[in-house]
Amino acid sequence: MRIVLEKRPTPSRSMQYLSPVAAILLSLLTFFVIFLLAGIDPVRALYIYFVEPLTALWSIEDLLVKAVPIILIAIGLSFCYQSAVWNIGAEGQLAAGALAGAAIPILFPTLQGPAVITAMILMGIAGGMAYAAIPAILKIRFNANETLTTLMLVYVANLFLDYMARGPWRDPAGFNFPNSRPFDEGQMLPVIAGESIRLSIVFMLVAVVVAWFMTAKTMTGFKIRVLGQSPRAGSFGGFSRNRMVMLTFLISGGLAGLAGICEVMGPIGLLRTSVSPGYGFTAIIVAFLGRLHPFGILVAGLLLALSYMGGEGAQVAIGLSDQTTQVFQGMLLFYVLACDSFIYYRLRIVRQPALDAATVR
Amino acid sequence: MRRYLAILAAAAVAAGVATGAEAADKLKACWVYVGPHNDGGYSEGHDRGRLMVEKELGDKVETSFVENVPEGPDAERAIERLARSGCGIIFSTSFGFMDPTVKVAAKFPDVKFEHATGYKSAPNLATYNSRFYEGRYIQGQIAAKMSKAGLAGYIVSFPIPEVVMGIDAFMLGAQSVNPDFKVKIVWVNSWFDPAKEADAAKALFDQGADIITQHTDSPAPLQVAQERGLHGFGQAHDMISFAPKAQYTAIVDTWGPYYVKRVNAVLDGTWKSEQTWDGLKDGILEMAPYTNLPDDVVAMAKKTQADIESGALHPFKGPVIKQDGTEVVPAGGVVDDKTLLGLNWYVKGIDDKLPN
Amino acid sequence: MTMMEGILLTIVTAATPLLFAAIGELVAERAGVLNLGVEGMMAIGAVCGFAATAVTGMPLVGVLVAMIGGMLAAGLFGIVALFFVANQNATGVALTLFGLGLSGLIGDRFVGMPGIPVPRVDIPVLTDLPIVGRLVFGQDPFVYLAIALTIGTWWFLFKTRGGLVLRAVGDNHGSAHALGFSVIRTRFLAVLFGGLCAGLGGAYLSLVYTPQWTPMMTAGRGWIALALVVFASWLPGRLVIGALLFGGVSILQLHAQAIGIGIPSQFLSMLPYIVTVIALVIISRNRTLLSVNTPACLGRAFVPDS
Repeated sequence: MRIVLEKRPTPSRSMQYLSPVAAILLSLLTFFVIFLLAGIDPVRALYIYFVEPLTALWSIEDLLVKAVPIILIAIGLSFCYQSAVWNIGAEGQLAAGALAGAAIPILFPTLQGPAVITAMILMGIAGGMAYAAIPAILKIRFNANETLTTLMLVYVANLFLDYMARGPWRDPAGFNFPNSRPFDEGQMLPVIAGESIRLSIVFMLVAVVVAWFMTAKTMTGFKIRVLGQSPRAGSFGGFSRNRMVMLTFLISGGLAGLAGICEVMGPIGLLRTSVSPGYGFTAIIVAFLGRLHPFGILVAGLLLALSYMGGEGAQVAIGLSDQTTQVFQGMLLFYVLACDSFIYYRLRIVRQPALDAATVR
Repeated sequence: MRRYLAILAAAAVAAGVATGAEAADKLKACWVYVGPHNDGGYSEGHDRGRLMVEKELGDKVETSFVENVPEGPDAERAIERLARSGCGIIFSTSFGFMDPTVKVAAKFPDVKFEHATGYKSAPNLATYNSRFYEGRYIQGQIAAKMSKAGLAGYIVSFPIPEVVMGIDAFMLGAQSVNPDFKVKIVWVNSWFDPAKEADAAKALFDQGADIITQHTDSPAPLQVAQERGLHGFGQAHDMISFAPKAQYTAIVDTWGPYYVKRVNAVLDGTWKSEQTWDGLKDGILEMAPYTNLPDDVVAMAKKTQADIESGALHPFKGPVIKQDGTEVVPAGGVVDDKTLLGLNWYVKGIDDKLPN
Repeated sequence: MTMMEGILLTIVTAATPLLFAAIGELVAERAGVLNLGVEGMMAIGAVCGFAATAVTGMPLVGVLVAMIGGMLAAGLFGIVALFFVANQNATGVALTLFGLGLSGLIGDRFVGMPGIPVPRVDIPVLTDLPIVGRLVFGQDPFVYLAIALTIGTWWFLFKTRGGLVLRAVGDNHGSAHALGFSVIRTRFLAVLFGGLCAGLGGAYLSLVYTPQWTPMMTAGRGWIALALVVFASWLPGRLVIGALLFGGVSILQLHAQAIGIGIPSQFLSMLPYIVTVIALVIISRNRTLLSVNTPACLGRAFVPDS
């Protein structure tokens, strides 16, 4: 007698909604137990982690500021992953975008104004796209596994950024510390709400809506999904796999580059040796948590930003290690992946024994 | 008139009650670290200082810290969070926290901020730094005395002024004993990457160096030295427990006395924004006990240390000649603090080029 | 010891953790499972190894606990990716995150502690031979273990029936299932072996390479190991070459700096990664050759129809 997983005739609609809820509840429950075992008041810890960040306006603002780049990148990645193109190098594409866009205020410090800001944004997008085109070409022409090439290129991009910020693009008036000159008001994204919410949040919302429209309503979106699930069916339908690879890489590279330049033109305000504390990797979790759907990604991104805020608060309030946040995120992803399988499969108890190699011989 | 006096009296009483109430609440002193509080290196040095504050002023002060804060917008948020949670004085301990600290200090004029190793200040933002280069000079002298190959290996992180100061001071100290002393430099592009630091140490030893020193934070290079029967210097922390036979001495960051002094200043209301750059004589750094050395070298090191503390010797005393041959200060002069803070050149005798 | 000897020795040391992690992943991938969580498993191995050694004072116990830790982490991956049939790429990334975070949590109280060094092998006459002496006969025990594992894996995969079954499962899981072999069980065992090896690789880092624990000490080696498996075309022998190559580049760039080559250190540090990309391109270029060597069912989900 065994328990087996058996494919459902059609995917379960109810599980599609229940699964993320179940995953979140399971994660919270596991956390509750871990805190109990560690001798920390679990109710207080969970409150500090998930409720307290929402109780103050400045905290909500910070949450949004943190969520914007992550969601932007995750939207781009969702196109890749839907098409079974495993781009895990968004972190590098982000750095490339930051470098490309920052070139303008660094090389032409006197240029300011809305036209310059627009140019910087476009350069950032272009930089990310160009950098993402590299692994795309390597995959299309040479069949190189994109998981590995994109990751290797992250290291290359970060090292190049380090070189530029420390070397040729260093601020001459900065006592030789590794920052570029700080950008002027006319070279930064304007603040549109509160103290720190910038125009980038509008870009994020636009990206979410456009992504939804593309995926749900356009032929291209359809092609992407079909090619992801069944390359043979896709080629029968006349969809070019290579074109899809390039397209999805360009979309995700562009959005990652946009996130990068928005960080540099926004919260950071100059070019430094590191412009992202791992947004490109967090976005991978968000993309999967949001099940590769734009609205899901929006919610997942906010949830993950909440967990970051909560983690920082927990460090100050109860001395909880900052690694706890990473553990929570990994655990949540595991639960989501496990619960998701119940959309397509169900458990069944089977009574006959499995065929044995011995009986076959 | 009487009504006016009554109001004044009431206000005075209210003020007295208010300050009385403040004194009853403990002052909260908070720290922000770029690495783990127990990293065995730089951040732990600051944490030791925090613990000293807790020990000496524990009845009047409570402390807390945030660790592993990446430099950038996350730092701004962490510092702001501390300000909002009632910290009366906040120490941000890494250079990369400079701009975030400036921004938060502007938003919270009643909170006192102190930034380590930076150069921007404000009425409520002080800066503090340690003359690590004094220790480097002593190390250079020891290295020149002890090295049979006349060559030391130097493992460094990034070419910022503080690091360049260290290299130059080390060389000047070495050259005061052996004018032909040489140094080989490897940049590992990280403050803390034990495996890479170990590899760098191995490479330097393989290339003929028999002493290593470092401006990175892990004890890995010293462990390599111990394994090979060679020697070196520890950084930020007495690393003797990692390499009992290999460590000659270490520069130990002792921020404690400075922290106690500044927190006391907040407590008695005399805190002012200052730019402090203290050295061996002020106790902001110490040399770990001189070990694995013959007595005459120990005596020399101690004498140099005493001379630096008394002001008789300045590591950057003239003549100081740049790598390209130009003289920066003639004999009798001293390189001034401003130049040191922005140092971006090697002294003559170093063959490598500075990666800038 | 001459500089040449020194360089060769350090290259072997640098290659060893990569070899451990890669040989385990090779077995898993031969069975058709792509486990991207190698980095997380190595981190768990490193922290378990160091913690167990620090608590018991015996490196051997540390090694055993590291192996168990790696297997537990791999088991988690196996349950979600094989039993729950979740997407293997995503599950692997989840394992990396979870493993890195959990290792940081466990290791928190062990940061800043010196480790107990593992003694090197010392055979009376042989170790003192010039050049080959220390290189071949004077390494630490882990190096010999890694080589033994590689040879053992090669022999298992290509000379035993069990290995044949495993490769069959990886090449055509439908047929293997029809023949009566338990695909999921074979894959699960292969994944566990991958975790055991990754745990050993991590333990090597925290017990021998730099005897201490620091968060993130694996520094991307798990990802390099994944690339090495592709580079080696899933053949154990070539894996050794790949590990030495990569280890070599990362060591030589430090030597280049020490010598004083004028190239900025960041570009030298990029070399290992660029070399990996180039190697991947060269290996993958020939589609036919690639498809002949790649396990055909790599990364594909399998659900037994019953």
